[in-house]
Amino acid sequence: MGWVIFLFLSILCVGSVAAMIISRNQAHNALFLVLAFASLGGIFGLLDAPFVAVVQVIIYAGAIMVLFLFAIMMINLNEGLPPERKKIVYVISAVLAAVLAAELLVVARQAFLPPVQIAAPGSGNPAGIGRLLFTGYLYPFEITSLLLIAALIGAMTLSGKKESS
Amino acid sequence: MIPGQAFFILAIILFVLGVVAFFVKRDLLTQFMAVEVMLNAGNLAFLALAKASGRAEAQVIVFFVLTVAAAEAVVGMAIVLHVFRRKKTVRTEDASELKG
Amino acid sequence: MAESFWLIPLIPALSALGLALFGTKISRKWISTQACLAVLFSFVLSLAAFIHLLRTPSGSPPLTKVLLPWISSGSFSAPLAFSFDALAAVMCLVVTGVGLLIHIYSIGYMADDRSYARYFAQLNLFTFFMLVLVLASNIVLMFVGWEGVGLCSYLLIGFWFERPTAAKAGMKAFVVNRVGDAGFILGILFLVLAVGSPDFARINASAAGGALGPGLVTLVAILLFVGAVGKSAQIPLYVWLPDAMEGPTPVSALIHAATMVTAGVYMVVRLNGLYSASPVAGSVVAVGGAVTAVFAATMALVQTDIKKVLAYSTISQIGYMFIGCGVGAYAAGMFHLATHAFFKSLLFLAAGSVIHALSGEQDVRRMGGLRKYLPRTFPVFLAGALAISGIPLLSGFFSKDAILTSAFANGHYAVWGLGLAGVVLTAFYMFRLVFLIFYGEERLSPEARHHIHESPRVMTTPLIVLAALSVFAGYIGLPAVVGHKADLFGRFLEPVARAAAEPVSAAIEWNLILLSTVAAVGGLFIAYLFYIRQPAVPGRLAARLPRLYKLLVGKYYVDEFYDAVIVRPAVRGSKLVYGHFDLKIIDGALDGSATAADAAGRGFSRLQTGLIKDYALAFFLGVIFFIGFVLLLKT
Repeated sequence: MGWVIFLFLSILCVGSVAAMIISRNQAHNALFLVLAFASLGGIFGLLDAPFVAVVQVIIYAGAIMVLFLFAIMMINLNEGLPPERKKIVYVISAVLAAVLAAELLVVARQAFLPPVQIAAPGSGNPAGIGRLLFTGYLYPFEITSLLLIAALIGAMTLSGKKESS
Repeated sequence: MIPGQAFFILAIILFVLGVVAFFVKRDLLTQFMAVEVMLNAGNLAFLALAKASGRAEAQVIVFFVLTVAAAEAVVGMAIVLHVFRRKKTVRTEDASELKG
Repeated sequence: MAESFWLIPLIPALSALGLALFGTKISRKWISTQACLAVLFSFVLSLAAFIHLLRTPSGSPPLTKVLLPWISSGSFSAPLAFSFDALAAVMCLVVTGVGLLIHIYSIGYMADDRSYARYFAQLNLFTFFMLVLVLASNIVLMFVGWEGVGLCSYLLIGFWFERPTAAKAGMKAFVVNRVGDAGFILGILFLVLAVGSPDFARINASAAGGALGPGLVTLVAILLFVGAVGKSAQIPLYVWLPDAMEGPTPVSALIHAATMVTAGVYMVVRLNGLYSASPVAGSVVAVGGAVTAVFAATMALVQTDIKKVLAYSTISQIGYMFIGCGVGAYAAGMFHLATHAFFKSLLFLAAGSVIHALSGEQDVRRMGGLRKYLPRTFPVFLAGALAISGIPLLSGFFSKDAILTSAFANGHYAVWGLGLAGVVLTAFYMFRLVFLIFYGEERLSPEARHHIHESPRVMTTPLIVLAALSVFAGYIGLPAVVGHKADLFGRFLEPVARAAAEPVSAAIEWNLILLSTVAAVGGLFIAYLFYIRQPAVPGRLAARLPRLYKLLVGKYYVDEFYDAVIVRPAVRGSKLVYGHFDLKIIDGALDGSATAADAAGRGFSRLQTGLIKDYALAFFLGVIFFIGFVLLLKT
């Protein structure tokens, strides 16, 4: 049963990313990505990380992609962009991708990854994560909140005044 | 019983797809989306390891990565809007002021 | 006070420095006063040290002072050290005494020159270097002074450097000197290698003691003599001295008559242990000196520029000094050095007085009958001419006689013969000069005739002092026949320069004296015939022997020979090297490396396209390589 869910979700994810690559419409791209992130959220759930899974859906699929959509709306391009005119780019990126994939696969083979058993969530529940966050990882937690404030201020500054030039 | 390798391979596929997407696309916004894809692939790999090691630390890391990605997306959008305002286009190859 | 003898060179140096830095800001009076006082101070100190030397018993060690350790490497050490012995005393007194008189004379001679401060600064500097040369206790320090006087000579010859002939003359002097210096340096190197120390006392002791092989001694002696040939203008490196007359006349008097050119003689005398140990080298020195003496005298016979005559005369007289040294009569050589300093500088300064009186005229063909216009210059010039010609009872007679007698006594008959011939020639050309300038019909140009005036006292008074010395200085070096008062000079120099002369019988000595007297008076008389009694004779003689006359006037075409054989090929060669090596290879390499850097930079900047995708590509390539590298490390 776990296999089926896993296969379904992974095909969905890969498929939407591929569709994103193929599609030329920006809004379509964004929506395909929303699908991809949502399915990823499901896969996260398979990995005994319910909290992260939910957070993924809420934040990534929900907030960040909506942000993307807003940006797309503001830019308001009428037509999609034609794909790369130079064929060489396809070739290079394919080669690059292949080599990278090969290397990473070699790494993956060396990694010790025991079979995944879908079980009741252990320490991946919110309580467990919370405990870690507020004890061992307190500093990064606080600093991350600083980061968010910085990002907020940065975004506000950047989109503040209209340029005079 | 899903082999742990499977998740890892999925992560690799997603990452590589993100790389390809980055190079194939010509507008800034979509390239940014490709970067998000790559980030997520990384997150998936982390979680696979978290499950393998039985420790939740990796999930905490994922949590942080998510947060940072969000912040980055915010600022990135602001920049993209700026670039668009200046140049009236989001085509990446038009933004070559750093040439030379 | 004698212990402070080491200040002798340093005071003029300080004065020179002061004048160089502030000379343009102080008055002329101050400049000349400071310069002269500096030399006066050195003279007084030299005198004090000399008197001290007279009082100490002979054979006691000389006054020494080590200023700085300077070079000290392993067992070799060349300290900045001065030593004052009898030989140094003579030289110091001559340099500072005559130098002082010339400084005073210069106040009048250079009064109208705009580079007054530079002149006195350079004159003081020269005095400093010359005194370093003389007081040095080792050959390395002496070489410093050697080079220093060469530098000052260059500066002062080319004093009026805006004149192209003067600038060229300065360069010629320096370059020809350099040729000699090459031999000198080689000599120093071999010497130091053999003896292990540059100290004069050690060198002379080693050589005299036979510690060095005869071949080595001869080699070193000859190499060092090459340096002396350059510095003292002997054959074949004399060509710079006549050209050096481009400089102001007091400079010619000081540097090119009394002091610098005699540095070579001083060097040989200082190293007399070396030269006595090698009869071959001694013969080279003596024969070289004799040939030069006659050769230069022949050229002086036909020169029409008053200073050029004196220049060739100087070359010739230094030849006599080397004869003395070469035959082992070092004291005689030094004696002639001193008397020559007196009468030659007298002659130069008096000539300067004549030139000054005639507003710059130097050609004797446009002089004549100046006896009545220059009542103070004429007698002193005459005194100098009598002295140099070797007329009996004046100083030159005694010093020349000492040399010739020693030459004869030691069996160098050919050298003696040449020396005697030189006496005739010397008397002739000197009195030719006297008669052409001061006697006979006036051949002056109208402007010169109009402005003619005797020189001021500041110029004529030093002349009188020098004239007195030229006349009376002989009495410290009387010949042996006189008895117990003989050769005070030689006995003074005894501890430093042992004369290796055989004693001669009184009869031979009187005969030799007679012969040289006859030669001198004879030369004078022939000049009298040629230029007073029958003034047309010289012209007729020249017309009868045109080729010989042209040869002499053309100075045997030696300059032209050097130019064709040495100078021109050297210039061509250096142009070749410049074009092929300097321009193409060195400049090419330099420009090439700059161009390469530029091209590399340009090439690399092409990587910066400004496009994000290219940067991303580089990024990912880096990642791939990095992961691959780590994987490789793991396997």
